[in-house]
Amino acid sequence: MSAKVAFTIDGKTVQGEQGQTILQAAALASIYIPHLCAMKGLSPWGSCRVCTVLVNGRPQAACTTPVAEGAVVENDTAELKDLRSSLVEMLFVEGNHYCMFCEKSGNCELQAMAYRLGILAMRHPYMFPVRTLDASHPDVMVELNRCILCARCIRASQELDGKHVFDFVGRGSHRHIGVNAATGAGGTNLKVTDKAAEACPVGSIVKKRVGFAVPIGQRLYDSKPIGSAIESGRAAKG
Amino acid sequence: MANKPKLATVSLAGCFGCHMSVLDIDDRILELIELVEFDRSPINDIKEIKGRCAVGIVEGGCCNEENVHVLKHFREHCDVLISTGDCATMGGIPALRNTIPLQECLEEAYLKGPTVYNPRGKLPNDPEIPLLLDKVYPCHEVVKMDYHLPGCPPSADTLWQALVALLTGKPIALPYELIKYD
Amino acid sequence: MTDNASVSRQICGNFANDKGRLMDILLGVQAQAGCVAPEALDEIAKSLSMSRVEVESAATFYAFFSGAPRGRFVIRLCNDIIDQLHGMDRIVAAFRAELGIEFGQTTPDGLFSLEYTPCIGMSDQAPALLINSTVVTKVSTDMVHEIVQTLRVSKNLEQLKLTLGDGNNSHPLVRSMVNNNLRERGAVVFAPYTPGVALQRALSEQPVELIRIVKASRLRGRGGAGFPTGMKWEFTRAAAGERKFIVCNADEGEPGTFKDRVILTEAPGLMFEGMTIAGYAIGASEGIVYLRGEYAYLLPYLEDVLAKRRAAGLLGRDILGKSGFKFDIRIQLGAGAYVCGEETALLSSCEGKAGNPKTRPPFPAQKGYLDMPTVINNVETHCAAARIVENGPTWFTSMGTKSSSGTKVFSVSGDCSRPGVYEIPFGITVEELLTHVGASDTIAVQVGGASGRMIGPSEFNRPFCFDHLATGGSVMVFGKGRDLLAISHAFMDFFVEESCGYCTPCRAGTRLLQERLGRFLTGQAESADLDYLEKTGKTVKTASRCGLGQTAANPILGTLQSFRPEYERRIKTNGSVFLPSFDPRKAVAVASSIAGRESEQFGTQKGGVKQ
Ligand SMILES: Cc1cc2nc3c(=O)[nH]c(=O)nc-3n(C[C@H](O)[C@H](O)[C@H](O)COP(=O)(O)O)c2cc1C
Ligand code: SF4
Ligand code: SF4
Ligand code: SF4
Ligand code: FES
Ligand code: FES
Repeated sequence: MSAKVAFTIDGKTVQGEQGQTILQAAALASIYIPHLCAMKGLSPWGSCRVCTVLVNGRPQAACTTPVAEGAVVENDTAELKDLRSSLVEMLFVEGNHYCMFCEKSGNCELQAMAYRLGILAMRHPYMFPVRTLDASHPDVMVELNRCILCARCIRASQELDGKHVFDFVGRGSHRHIGVNAATGAGGTNLKVTDKAAEACPVGSIVKKRVGFAVPIGQRLYDSKPIGSAIESGRAAKG
Repeated sequence: MANKPKLATVSLAGCFGCHMSVLDIDDRILELIELVEFDRSPINDIKEIKGRCAVGIVEGGCCNEENVHVLKHFREHCDVLISTGDCATMGGIPALRNTIPLQECLEEAYLKGPTVYNPRGKLPNDPEIPLLLDKVYPCHEVVKMDYHLPGCPPSADTLWQALVALLTGKPIALPYELIKYD
Repeated sequence: MTDNASVSRQICGNFANDKGRLMDILLGVQAQAGCVAPEALDEIAKSLSMSRVEVESAATFYAFFSGAPRGRFVIRLCNDIIDQLHGMDRIVAAFRAELGIEFGQTTPDGLFSLEYTPCIGMSDQAPALLINSTVVTKVSTDMVHEIVQTLRVSKNLEQLKLTLGDGNNSHPLVRSMVNNNLRERGAVVFAPYTPGVALQRALSEQPVELIRIVKASRLRGRGGAGFPTGMKWEFTRAAAGERKFIVCNADEGEPGTFKDRVILTEAPGLMFEGMTIAGYAIGASEGIVYLRGEYAYLLPYLEDVLAKRRAAGLLGRDILGKSGFKFDIRIQLGAGAYVCGEETALLSSCEGKAGNPKTRPPFPAQKGYLDMPTVINNVETHCAAARIVENGPTWFTSMGTKSSSGTKVFSVSGDCSRPGVYEIPFGITVEELLTHVGASDTIAVQVGGASGRMIGPSEFNRPFCFDHLATGGSVMVFGKGRDLLAISHAFMDFFVEESCGYCTPCRAGTRLLQERLGRFLTGQAESADLDYLEKTGKTVKTASRCGLGQTAANPILGTLQSFRPEYERRIKTNGSVFLPSFDPRKAVAVASSIAGRESEQFGTQKGGVKQ
């Protein structure tokens, strides 16, 4: 049993435990802090920056910042909402997102985040980068046009599957997901049953032959915004 | 009747899906006709906007010089311009060519593609054919757009709610279920 | 390159197949095989029992590694702003003409490759370039011809060295054409040095007393952030760990900074001594100097200084007869990545990985190199610490200002007659420094490099110190006629190139800012763009994960604040329906040239086709 840590989020007192991140403690208290690269069961990463909150007035990533006694956290403010929207829009324009034919549409966390934030058009110009699609694996497609560089696949492969199928290759705007074989994903020991095959928040790593199974209207985020599960307290119990 | 605001619509580099969605508002179209008068639109085949329009609905992005010309015409004649659908807001399916240099695109489409039958071996180049742009542009990267309704196409409900709000002087505030990119 | 695999296997063996030494292994393979080819990745992975993609991750992070063979002589021309202002374009043209290739290409005979590189720490002698690890400065178009001819004929870089630089630059182990341009020596870093005196003093004290002394001196880090050095040592001493480390940050990548190069050339002993003292103070027995790859030419000399110190009992076991105190230092070479100056990225790189910054907390004082408590200090900080121990804290606080004691070593470049290195007590004003360096008609000074701030004449009365104008040492002077927005744009190019790409705001945001600022330079800006720059700049600053991204918007946010009219006068207001950023003639230009006819609607653009 770890020591209790009390702090506030938007004025509401939250009881956390030593060693938790702000994001984890918030979720257990049914407070949703928007996040993309953080995933339950994986170690914190801190790349998307969508979870940026103010801790005692200073910007911090909620997913990597530990709870601290008496901390004053601001989360649901107009300014942070605008900042998050800007970041989400960056993720859209730096990739090639064609939701109209994407298998992940309706179940995609990036898209759902944009919906929740009410984004109707991107403030940033589209970059239309040249990226690759790797269909060499019999059961899994790696479609990097949709990748948001969140490293969930990398972490899931290492931490949950005990493998090292994915890692980042290149620096800066050249950074992209690489696979552990010169011949593409098909040359790796990735299995369709691996956790890494389902960790992707977007349609960048998808299983073949199972897309579009759920009819429009019944998909994960068709009628309930992302974060609803946390806000309703279901995540805390589950 | 004479004082009804005018509405113009156009399909640029789009597939007319958004226009189908306008028609999809079903019998509410009768209510819409109560609210507005249609100016230039594929629905009535008028080519030039004649008067001043309150609202212009633009489907499709800009893939060629003709699109750019028409979008400019709309901007000049409409008080409020709405980017309607994913093609208008982000380029949509036509923008898939944006990662490929134009020359290569044309060669693939008319000379080298596996299903091409082109005995003359030349790119089509009739003076009537508008020149393509270097890439497909979302409308708001060409002229100022006032509102955006994403979706491929945006649902009839989305269009209906947005139009009614605009025409009755209310802000467009779409509920969660109506913001969709697919 | 069929021997890429065998070379790799052999080099891995030289490092006992230790994956922690991957940087050195990659450096070795690149040097011997001319590239790190796909077969090398396989072979290294096998030898080190790593995943191939993990090796690839490191190999593709650094600018100095290439996947395919490059020329025998890789010419890297610095394209930073100072070089641009000193006629870089003419050098570029001369190389293209001389070699018949573009930058980014290799000559068909495999002899030369042309590349650009950001600041190589020679801004006081621009234009500057690297050929493999040989530095050539004050390059002229005539020299370009000579360089190429000489290398074509002799294939020997030594043949280029007709005159050697001043000071230790002509030491037999350095043999470099670089000049120190050390214009003013102060009492701390560049005062006469006798090896072992400070260390002897230190070893006569208890470690905690040393920490007290350094705290009392109010020494703050010289690398830019200005963290109190004594406190850093105290935290690291207090942290639990089987091993502790002292790291010296000699990555010096901030554009316009080159003072650490001169310290490394003229006072490396003092720096090593400072590290040894720090090791004694915090209970560490291992030190690492992270030396930027651009300064590889100093490596043999530095290794020799280390060897001499070992021989003299200043490193190794029972140092200066103090039984039980052991300390030794290794030098880790970098491979072309500015972000590796960020202390946690530096640690990643030392561990043999891609230079990604680490998540903080934990801070290096708790978990640093190999997750052990680690002190990281700048080259100059280590030197100052040694002197403080030697001469006492009061001596140190008698120099400088209250908040900023001691001296600061400045790197001055740009429009002035005496660019170079100046060691001056803190508190000197910009105006005074400008007089020292022979600058006149100065319209702006960039303080602290690309990540710092551009100030105008109204702020020239402010002093350099941590409370006012803080700087890691870079001072770039811009005289009359310089385009300040073009300069800021060059800084944005730098950040785009150097972002590690880990986090969204820095990876994508810097590109967006660079593009938007570019609109002001090409007459495509509208007034809404001011707001865009302000807001997006703030997002990048607020949300970025490390110091690089957090300061990357400074060239824009700073100039928006101090030089707003520069922006406003370039806003386009011609009442066109098109956005100023959309040029229809440009958009149809490619199709127009393919079709061989003019646009019906918009005519064609004069001056050719651009895609
Ligand atoms: C992108 C970036 C680059 C940096 N480069 C350097 C550098 O080249 N040298 C340096 O001493 N500090 C550099 N720093 C600062 C270091 O992170 C760190 O604060 C410093 O080495 C600590 O030493 P000090 O306290 O002695 O200054 C850099 C920081 C950032 C964010
Ligand atoms: S990954 Fe998500 S945002 Fe991207 S195209 Fe697919 S559904 Fe849309
Ligand atoms: S492939 Fe998916 S999980 Fe992996 S980094 Fe990209 S977006 Fe994240
Ligand atoms: S701010 Fe982010 S992307 Fe930029 S260098 Fe730091 S971690 Fe890398
Ligand atoms: S969720 Fe915290 S940075 Fe991505
Ligand atoms: S060496 Fe070119 S700017 Fe520093």
